[in-house]
Amino acid sequence: MANSTSSVDVVQPKQYKASQSTWNTIARSTEFRDLMATKRAFVVPAVVFFVVYYVALPVSVGYAPQFMSIRIGWVNLAYLFALSQFVVAWIIAGLYVKAANAFDRLSKDIVDRAQLSQGGK
Amino acid sequence: MSTSLFMFLLFIAITLGITYWASKRSAGASAYFAAGRQIKGWQNGIAVAGDYMSAASFLGIAGIIAFFGYDGFMYSVGFLVAYLTVLLLIAEPLRNAGKYTMADVLAYRLSPRPVRAMAAVSTLTVSIFYMIAQMVGAGALVALLLKGSGISFGTAVVGVGILMIVYVVFGGMLATTWVQIIKAILLMSGTFLLSILVMAHFHFSLADFFAAIGNVTYHEKGVVVVKDFLQPGLRFKPPYGALDLVSLGLALIFGTAGLPHILVRFYTVPDAKTARNSVVWAMVLIGVFYLLTTFLGFGAATIVGRDYITTHGGTNMSAPLLAQSLAGNIFFAFISAIAFATILAVVAGLTISATTSFAHDFWTNVIHKGVERKPGEEVLVARISAFVVGALSIAIAVALGPTANVAFLVGLAFAVAASANLPVIALSIFWRRFNTAGAVAGLAVGLLASIGLILVSPSLMAIDPPTVVGAARHLIQAKAWFPLENPGLVSIPLGFIGAIVGTLLSNEQTSDDKFNELLVRSNTGLGAEKATAH
Repeated sequence: MANSTSSVDVVQPKQYKASQSTWNTIARSTEFRDLMATKRAFVVPAVVFFVVYYVALPVSVGYAPQFMSIRIGWVNLAYLFALSQFVVAWIIAGLYVKAANAFDRLSKDIVDRAQLSQGGK
Repeated sequence: MSTSLFMFLLFIAITLGITYWASKRSAGASAYFAAGRQIKGWQNGIAVAGDYMSAASFLGIAGIIAFFGYDGFMYSVGFLVAYLTVLLLIAEPLRNAGKYTMADVLAYRLSPRPVRAMAAVSTLTVSIFYMIAQMVGAGALVALLLKGSGISFGTAVVGVGILMIVYVVFGGMLATTWVQIIKAILLMSGTFLLSILVMAHFHFSLADFFAAIGNVTYHEKGVVVVKDFLQPGLRFKPPYGALDLVSLGLALIFGTAGLPHILVRFYTVPDAKTARNSVVWAMVLIGVFYLLTTFLGFGAATIVGRDYITTHGGTNMSAPLLAQSLAGNIFFAFISAIAFATILAVVAGLTISATTSFAHDFWTNVIHKGVERKPGEEVLVARISAFVVGALSIAIAVALGPTANVAFLVGLAFAVAASANLPVIALSIFWRRFNTAGAVAGLAVGLLASIGLILVSPSLMAIDPPTVVGAARHLIQAKAWFPLENPGLVSIPLGFIGAIVGTLLSNEQTSDDKFNELLVRSNTGLGAEKATAH
């Protein structure tokens, strides 16, 4: 299906141009649906997690300042929780970059095929 | 402070040299607005960091931690976590599907003229408010740092304004990018040095450092107080402090992804993968910087102290005064020059995003229906509007004067970005049913809600004692109608509701085809704008 040879506009040297039916064909192809499902499987839980984890910080220090002031070592719970936000943000970013390499492979197939069907770029 | 003046002039000379170099490479719209899309990932990452870490971060956060301890550190956390929204949701689709502005992405599937007009209004509002805040800060700061050299607030504002106009008019995005890169490197080095000096002061013992933070002594209304500065709640107090913290947090993590001067940076790289890498680079730099605000802020609280800072220029001078007390006047001059570079780089970024939106969205696409009447018109219009935007900001900043209460303008910029821009960008990328009426309604409701709520918030409404005079007085002398300083908690949901209700109420047919096209473009990069070849 993705190998559509439907009517295409004049091929330009640099910019890819495609007709509406080409976009529709790609959007409905199994490969593209796979890409979207793979992305969604990572991005949705990641966003939900980081938003909840982050909002927990102002909520806990705002509503339970006494509890969050409990000393742990040289510092306190509030400061440790704040530091953990940096670590968590970096870890999620790292995991995303790793996952995105897989998205790149999937989308490269789609792009290559689309450009091939148009007679190269 | 002739050393400060010398370092300022050195920085100005270097950046003007870059502007001259860039001016010869800024022919054509893609070169002018997007640096030819040839900026490398790490370079753009550093430039994003340089564009983002404003004087509000460097001087403001150091100051708020020095005065209120832990609560100030909450800003540091939010400023970093915000980049996850940019990384996971916005940067790549925007680079794949857009050309120069966020409105490009909206215009794919929605009726271009109303959407672009509204997006341009929102972009210009955010940019100009943010810029005025920076300019007033810059003027006050430069006048203070160069005290004794005869440079007044007005002269300083005009000077900063002229420099920013020169960078943008002659050097375009390329010069702006390099000014931001140099500034970010200077800022990081200064912050590292200052942090090491703070630790040296405590004999490199974290235990001693945190022990000192636990016993910060200062005078309050003539009485000596000792406070644990690691304890939350010194700034955000009951009854509404906790809610305000949550509201601030939401505006920070959702506002960054709607800040026009950050968004335009992703058009300067060759493709979406590079845009992604640049966000990661930016997150490393920004994260390290905001972690180090621990040393800057708490260092100023423990080594310099609230009492001394209050009588020597106020909160914003905390970091430079810390430098002075640790390593003398030369280091004070160095840190001051960094603060100056910081302001210049941010205002240049704001100016170019405002002018890009005016020239590309409003002039070419709204007034002239997407057709340039003659080649180079769009860039010419951008150059002229940079003059106008610059002159306007200078005039307003001079009129407001150095004591104006402008901190709320930065909060307002984040609130508008989070409540107007983000819902509309997100819904247009992710929601098939979304339509023009929804986009216009979302932008309008988000914009009006944030501005309206800030107007009736404690930032602008309060009853001042008669001793507070001039521009420092609150605009409206009455009890605030809305209890929170940050409107995000209410205005962000309102922005989303506006966009959703607007969509559902109109009977406009959304094009399934166009959504398919945007979906494929934004997720695969097929047909994305290419880097211009030399």
